[in-house]
Amino acid sequence: MEASKVIHAIYTDDDVLMSAVKTVRAEKHHIEEIYTPFPVHGLDKAMGLAPTRLAITAFIYGCIGITVATVMMNFIMIKDWPQDIGGKPSFSYLENLPAFVPIMFELTVFFAAHLMVITFYLRSRMWPFKKAENPDPRTTDDHFLMEIAVHNNEEALTNLLKNTGAVEINIVDKDEDAH
Amino acid sequence: MEYKISNRLRIGAFVLIVLGLLGVGYGFMDANSVNEDNITEFLANEDHHDDAHAEEAYTDSHGETALHVEDNHGEEAHGTSHAEEGHGMSHEEHVLHQIHNRPWSALYIAAFFFFMIALGVLAFYAVQYVSQAGWSPVLFRVMEGITYYVLPGGIIVLLIAFFADSHLFVWLTDGMTTEGSENYDALVAGKSGWLNKPGFFIRGFIFLAGWSLYRYFSRKFSLAQDNANDNRNFKKNFRISAGFLVFFMYTESMMSWDWIMSVDPHWFSTLFGWYLLAGMLVCGITVIAMIAIYLKSKGLLEHVNDSHIHDLAKFMFGFSVFWTYLWFSQFMLIWYSNIPEEVTYFITRIEDYNLPFFGMIAMNFIFPLLLLMNSDFKRVNWFVIMAGVVILCGHYVDIFNMIMPATVGDRWFIGIPEIGSILLFGGIFLLVVFTALSKHPLLAKRSPFIEESKHFHY
Repeated sequence: MEASKVIHAIYTDDDVLMSAVKTVRAEKHHIEEIYTPFPVHGLDKAMGLAPTRLAITAFIYGCIGITVATVMMNFIMIKDWPQDIGGKPSFSYLENLPAFVPIMFELTVFFAAHLMVITFYLRSRMWPFKKAENPDPRTTDDHFLMEIAVHNNEEALTNLLKNTGAVEINIVDKDEDAH
Repeated sequence: MEYKISNRLRIGAFVLIVLGLLGVGYGFMDANSVNEDNITEFLANEDHHDDAHAEEAYTDSHGETALHVEDNHGEEAHGTSHAEEGHGMSHEEHVLHQIHNRPWSALYIAAFFFFMIALGVLAFYAVQYVSQAGWSPVLFRVMEGITYYVLPGGIIVLLIAFFADSHLFVWLTDGMTTEGSENYDALVAGKSGWLNKPGFFIRGFIFLAGWSLYRYFSRKFSLAQDNANDNRNFKKNFRISAGFLVFFMYTESMMSWDWIMSVDPHWFSTLFGWYLLAGMLVCGITVIAMIAIYLKSKGLLEHVNDSHIHDLAKFMFGFSVFWTYLWFSQFMLIWYSNIPEEVTYFITRIEDYNLPFFGMIAMNFIFPLLLLMNSDFKRVNWFVIMAGVVILCGHYVDIFNMIMPATVGDRWFIGIPEIGSILLFGGIFLLVVFTALSKHPLLAKRSPFIEESKHFHY
């Protein structure tokens, strides 16, 4: 059941935010989202987010890159037209390997870097004409916002958040279309 | 925390030294059992051993002619009369030299390998001061302990070079620079302004003196900082470290030309000094990590945590890749242009040292690359130790590949003389380093970054 109402607690300090996150988690409330103007070190750990697997995808993309480079050059330089170019031995891939290494290296890096970035964009749903998802424009400047779903427990939640040092607490109807 | 060298370790080191001495002694006896009188017999016996081998040796000596044209470079260097002398005679003499060179080379390689670990640590230690690293001060005492070996190790290397003389350095052969002598070599004579015995040892003395002086004062200031009530000693250390690094970059380059590159006096490479430096740093950092893990397992480094090991493992990984980059750059440039006077260096290595030459790429690059890429693995102590053992073996082979082809050619083997030398200097290294470690507490108390270092986490 998707909650139709959410509570927005606004903080002005990342240390206060961190301890608030710990308190809220200790009280077993589910934090929907946290908006911050800059990366807060350790926030993901405090929220209990799963570690990213982006590095693993990058490794796989790098493997694809080196395969592409090897297959490409093996076909072009060794199989398709093994010319004698300046006495380089084009009898087998291994014999001419050192000449191919710079390309193999660059393509590995190219694939790993670019495909990982694209993966990141896809996974975090970012593209040029994407509508911004800011609940409050101040969160891009100097405020921190914690969003918690409300399940008929407005009063308790509000009190809890007040005690954690929130400077502002708003209860808003969640606009489903915003996402 | 105070460390005392355990009796077990000390006895172990002595056992290594004794075993090593036996191995080295056997190596010399074995090599000297072949002499001018029985070399012909020796070679004949070798050929008779089995036909396959004889045939191989036969084709080899012919393949050699092709190689010899290039090798003539190195070989004929020994004298113009050489060619007139005919191949048969010179071959025996040549083999005899190679047999006699082997124990010397084995000794020199192992001595240099352990010396270079200490020197690499010294450079890394200076970098930690200059960069004002916040993570490493808890490891300062470990590094200082390892650098104790710089002076004795360097003296050993120079002594071996002194006594090995022309067994290692062909340019020290009598008459090489005298015109008209049968050993005359125009190329070596042209380099004699740099490559001469007094010059070699004067330079060696200056290098060692400079490094040891830095080590002595840095250690002194580091200890004085423990009981000081200001940061004067730290600042002094910062300044001398910066000065040392400048001195080191110059002298390390020259040391690599003198101590390693000059075994092939006809060959030169401009990035050789950095290549050696990269290997040195990898070995140094690996040994820091291993000793830190060992001391930590004894409960003696309470402030060293997984993050410190993680950082060291990252350095092992990064410098392994850097070493490979330099190795490949040197190899590929020479392979690509294929200029005869340079490429002989790699031809001898690929033909006669195929397995060690390419095997070390697997050990020094592919293995650490795949093993130390994962960030979780870098925090697992036994993983770091395992990767470290392979890296150290790989870099021993690296030095082996630098020296052996020039001195013993295709008569190489990693046998009793080589392993004996490793045990001998390994034992001395352990003894010196762990004795040094037990001299002072293992925590640099008042280093300005020590609190940060204690709480370092990544």
